[in-house]
Amino acid sequence: MSFSITDPSPRQKWIAGALVIAYAVLTLLPLVWIITPGFKTPSDAIAYPPKVFFSPSLEGYVNLFTSRTRLAPEDLLKLGPPTTWYDTIVRHYDMVITGPSRYGERFLNSVIIGFGSTFLSVVLGTIAAYAFSRFKVPLKDDLLFFILSTRMMPPIAVAIPIFLMYRQLGFNDTHLGMFLLYTAVNLSLSVWLLKGFIDEIPIEYEEAALIDGYIRFQAFYKVVLPQAATGIASTAIFCLIFAWNEYAFAVLLTSGTAQTAPPFIPTIIGAGGKDWPAVAAGATIFLVPIMVFTILLRKHLLRGITFGAVRK
Amino acid sequence: MFDPTAQSLVPPAVAHRIKGRSDRTIAWIFVAPTIFLLLAVNIFPLIWPIRLSLTDFRTNRPNNPVHFVGIENYRKILTNPDTWASLQATAHFLIWTIALQVVIGFTLAYLLNKKFRGNDLWTTLIVLPMMLSPAVVGNFWTFLYQPQIGLFNYVVAFFTGVGPSSFSMIGEVALAPWSIIIVDTWMWTPYVMLICLAGLRSIPDYIYEAAEVDRASSWRQFWSITLPMVLPFVMLAVLFRGIENFKMFDLVVQLTGGGPGATTQLTSIDLKREAFEKWRTGYASAYAVILFVTVFGLASIYVKALNKVKDR
Repeated sequence: MSFSITDPSPRQKWIAGALVIAYAVLTLLPLVWIITPGFKTPSDAIAYPPKVFFSPSLEGYVNLFTSRTRLAPEDLLKLGPPTTWYDTIVRHYDMVITGPSRYGERFLNSVIIGFGSTFLSVVLGTIAAYAFSRFKVPLKDDLLFFILSTRMMPPIAVAIPIFLMYRQLGFNDTHLGMFLLYTAVNLSLSVWLLKGFIDEIPIEYEEAALIDGYIRFQAFYKVVLPQAATGIASTAIFCLIFAWNEYAFAVLLTSGTAQTAPPFIPTIIGAGGKDWPAVAAGATIFLVPIMVFTILLRKHLLRGITFGAVRK
Repeated sequence: MFDPTAQSLVPPAVAHRIKGRSDRTIAWIFVAPTIFLLLAVNIFPLIWPIRLSLTDFRTNRPNNPVHFVGIENYRKILTNPDTWASLQATAHFLIWTIALQVVIGFTLAYLLNKKFRGNDLWTTLIVLPMMLSPAVVGNFWTFLYQPQIGLFNYVVAFFTGVGPSSFSMIGEVALAPWSIIIVDTWMWTPYVMLICLAGLRSIPDYIYEAAEVDRASSWRQFWSITLPMVLPFVMLAVLFRGIENFKMFDLVVQLTGGGPGATTQLTSIDLKREAFEKWRTGYASAYAVILFVTVFGLASIYVKALNKVKDR
C-alpha cells in the first residue's frame, strides 16, 4: 500500500468525519420528521413541544387507505362491536369505514406510469444513442443540441400546448397520455446520457464482431449491450426518479383516472387540515421505495450524476 | 481447392452479413421512434405557442372569435409590473440557492475527499433528500414550518431563545423567500456536492506531491491547484442548478403557493396562473416564449464561458 505525502493526516480525517456526520444528522432530521408522524396519533403529531417519544399507532395508515363517515351514536350501537383492528381504531372517533380511499389507485398509477415510461424511454434511448454514437446520422449535432435544449423549457410552458393537444386527442387524464409525455421528456435525458456511455465503449469490439460475420444488429445486441448494462441501469434510475416524482404535468393534465400520487398526497390532509398522520403515511409510502432504491443502487446513481460532469 | 459441388462460393458467414439490414437502415430504424416522439411532444410545444402568442385565444372560451394581435401580448407582458416582480423573486431565489448550495456543497465535498472511515455510508445518507418528490417535500415542509407546532420553529427557538410562535416562515413577507431557499438548499446541496466531489477526485495526486516537493503551503495549494481545477465542475453544477431553479414550480407551489401575496411567486407560478387559472392562453404563450428565450440565451452565454474555462 503506497503512502503519499499528500494523504490527509488522521487528525484531519477525524475532523472532516465529524463535520460531515454532523451535517448528515442535521439534514436527515426533517426526513425523520416526515416518517415518524405517520405512526403518531393526530394529537401527538401536532403536540408542542414536538414529541420525540410517543406511543405508536397505525391510525395514520388506516386513515390513509380508507374513507370513513361519522355515524350518530344510536346507529353505531346498532352495528355491534368492531370486528377488525382497523375498525376498532376508527370506531374510537365514532366513525365507520365505508370503503377504500383513492390513495391505492393513485399509488398504482404512479407505479404503472413510472415504470412503463422508464422502460420505453430507456429502450428507445439506447437504440437512438447507439445510432448517434456509431453512425453518421444527418444533422446529428443539431439533433443532439435540440434534444438537450428541450430540458430548458419550464414544464408549465410545455403543458399549455400539450393540454390543448391532449384535449383534442382525448388523451387528457389517460394513462396513455401521461405515459407518452413522460417517455418523451425522459427521452432527452436518456439519449444524452446513454450516448455518453456508449461512446466510452471501444468500437473495436464491434468491428471484430462484424469481421467475424455478425450483422450490425447482432453486434449491437451481443457486444455493445452487455457492456452498456451499467450505463443503462444508471439512466433507468434517473428516468424512474423523474417519472415517479413528477408533479407539474400530473397536476395539470390529470384529475382522476390517471392521477399519480404526488398531486394527490397534499389533498389527504382532509377538510379540517388536521390529519397530518395520514399525509405523513402517504408521503412515507411514496418516498420509501425511492429511498430504498437509492441506497441499493447508489453506485449506479452516483456514476450517472457525475457522468455529465466528468466527460467532455 | 476449387470444389464444383459446393453450394455457394461465398462463405456462409459473409453471406449472412450481406443478407442483414444495411447500416443506414438500422440507423434509421433505431433513431426514428425517438425523433418521432420528440417531434410530437417537444417540437410541437415549441411551435404552437409561438403562433398562439400572437393571438388572444382563451382556452376557456373556445368559441370566442380569435383575433390576431401581433406582438401586443409581448408588449403587455414586458410592461406588466407583476412580470418583473416575478422575475425579481425568481432571481433572488436563484442567486441565493446557488450561492448557498455551492458553498456548502463544495465544503462537504472537500471534507468527504479526506476519505475518513465510512464516508461512503454518509455520502449515501446525505444524498437521500434529493431523490424525493419536490411536491411532497414542499407539502411536508409546511408542517415543519408551522409556527405553533412545527419542528423548524422549535429548533430555532431552542437555539436562539426567540419565541416559537413569534415568527412564521411561510406567513411573513420578509421570511417567505427564505423559507423556499432553505428547503431547496436542503434538497439539492448533495447534488452540487457530488459534482464537486467528482471534480476533486479527478485531480491527480502527483500535482499535489510536486507542490509539496516545491514546499508550497496548504493554503497555496488550495488556491493554485484545487480551486482552478474544480472550477469547471462547479460551473457545471451552477449551470444545472440554475436551469432547474429557473423552472422551479412544484416545491414552491406546495410550500407557499406563491407566498404571502406574491412574494414567492416565481415565474413558473405566474405562468401557471395566467395559463391555467385566468386561461389567457395567448398571453401565457407569449410569456412562455419569453421565458424560454431568456433561459436559452443565458444558458448559451454561460456555456460559452464554461467552455473557455475548460479549455484553459
